[in-house]
Amino acid sequence: MQVKEYKPLIVAFCCNWCSYAGADLAGNNRLSYPADVKIIRVPCSCRVNPMFILRAFQRGADGVIICGCHPGDCHYTSGNYYTRRRMAALFSMLDFLGIEKERTRVEWVSAAEGAKFAATMNEFAETVASLGENKRLEDLRCKR
Amino acid sequence: MQKITKDQLVEKTVALLSDGTVSAVLGWSRGEFDYDITPAVFKTAEDLKENFVWNDFCGANFSKYLVAQTGKVEGKILVFLKPCDTYSFNQLLTEHRFDREKVYAVGIPCEGMADIAKVKEIVGDGIVSIEADGENLKVSTLYEDAPALVNAKDVMAERCVNCKSKKHVAYDELMGDDGEVIESNRFDEVARLEAMTPDERFAFWQNELSRCIRCNACRDACPACTCEKCVFDNPASSVENKAPANSFEEKMFHIIRAFHVAGRCTDCGECSRVCPQNIPLHLLNRKFIKDINEFYGEYQAGAEVGSRAPLVDYTTEDLEPGEVFDRGDKDA
Repeated sequence: MQVKEYKPLIVAFCCNWCSYAGADLAGNNRLSYPADVKIIRVPCSCRVNPMFILRAFQRGADGVIICGCHPGDCHYTSGNYYTRRRMAALFSMLDFLGIEKERTRVEWVSAAEGAKFAATMNEFAETVASLGENKRLEDLRCKR
Repeated sequence: MQKITKDQLVEKTVALLSDGTVSAVLGWSRGEFDYDITPAVFKTAEDLKENFVWNDFCGANFSKYLVAQTGKVEGKILVFLKPCDTYSFNQLLTEHRFDREKVYAVGIPCEGMADIAKVKEIVGDGIVSIEADGENLKVSTLYEDAPALVNAKDVMAERCVNCKSKKHVAYDELMGDDGEVIESNRFDEVARLEAMTPDERFAFWQNELSRCIRCNACRDACPACTCEKCVFDNPASSVENKAPANSFEEKMFHIIRAFHVAGRCTDCGECSRVCPQNIPLHLLNRKFIKDINEFYGEYQAGAEVGSRAPLVDYTTEDLEPGEVFDRGDKDA
């Protein structure tokens, strides 16, 4: 019998202006980060609707990370300030429902921080891998 | 046991209807049973005298009905507002959901409403009639000859036990005396859950939410949920108008429902009142209120018209989402 090796699937919502460019820089600099991180580009971190995060978990993500510009540097002036409030409330609620708090995270990564992007993803992937599969927000119908 | 009587309310409304101040009245009428009270629009004095009801089961918050009814009525519509309803009333005004000029708001005192589930726990099923009798409720059932006396305090709805305010924050006219904002213990239950381990919390919510039949009553009754197109009515969402297929869909619905009213929820408790499965939905809302109070300072939605809800506001010094868990970590 073959046991399928567990690899965490991580969804990273990256803002177009900072974090996506940061990911690009990480690539240009040949910094490695896990291939299990799937990047979804969003115009701004505040574009991320709580439903996106839940949907990502439903479709098999084991961790969701939202990356945006540093507070004060938002391309749209204030988008990431809203993200910060919303996600603080949402993460606290997920924790209230007993869902592991380590599975969700918000990080601020600027376009110049390719190294930070790679380091953040490595560290986050490790944390999520140590938690194992996402069981509490899974949808069996979506299992491959 | 309510201080104000039905006759006083009917007398007041008939007077206002006949002198033309208002052309319709938003009030309560009897449904199938004495405890099954339905909101109704009255347009004539005869109708009012015959069908108007005011008892310990008139819990419905009428604020939301104004959104639809103010557009349907020529002239003003009279609405009865209990103290907790006035907060929702203000919140809806803040969001420009109805025209204040078309409403004549009458503030009425409330001594707390009864929860029929608690009455049934004491006297059992087969209730044929419930009458107020001083401090007690006189409950007649099919199976007992003598009516059972139940103290109204013992069957008070959870939201009223932890009533946050007896003060009316909006009205055109007040009947009876105005009360005060109360230092309630409404966050105790949330704090108790927070003190549990994540596994215990997960088990608790799994158990509660698994009863959800997705009747959408919590959404439909909620005065903060007034979107004309709801995300849960989106045919492409795969969760439209159907029972949750699995525990994920249950959680998704309830997380999103609570999130969408976070910062705007006045904690009126309608969601829990209308839930046919008795899921403590208000706990989810209170968790958001408690968090918002702790993170961004005390805020009571609806306390004043025009205040900015915390989640559509920000400061440059807000705490980071990761720091949420660093406040005396209970799980570590």
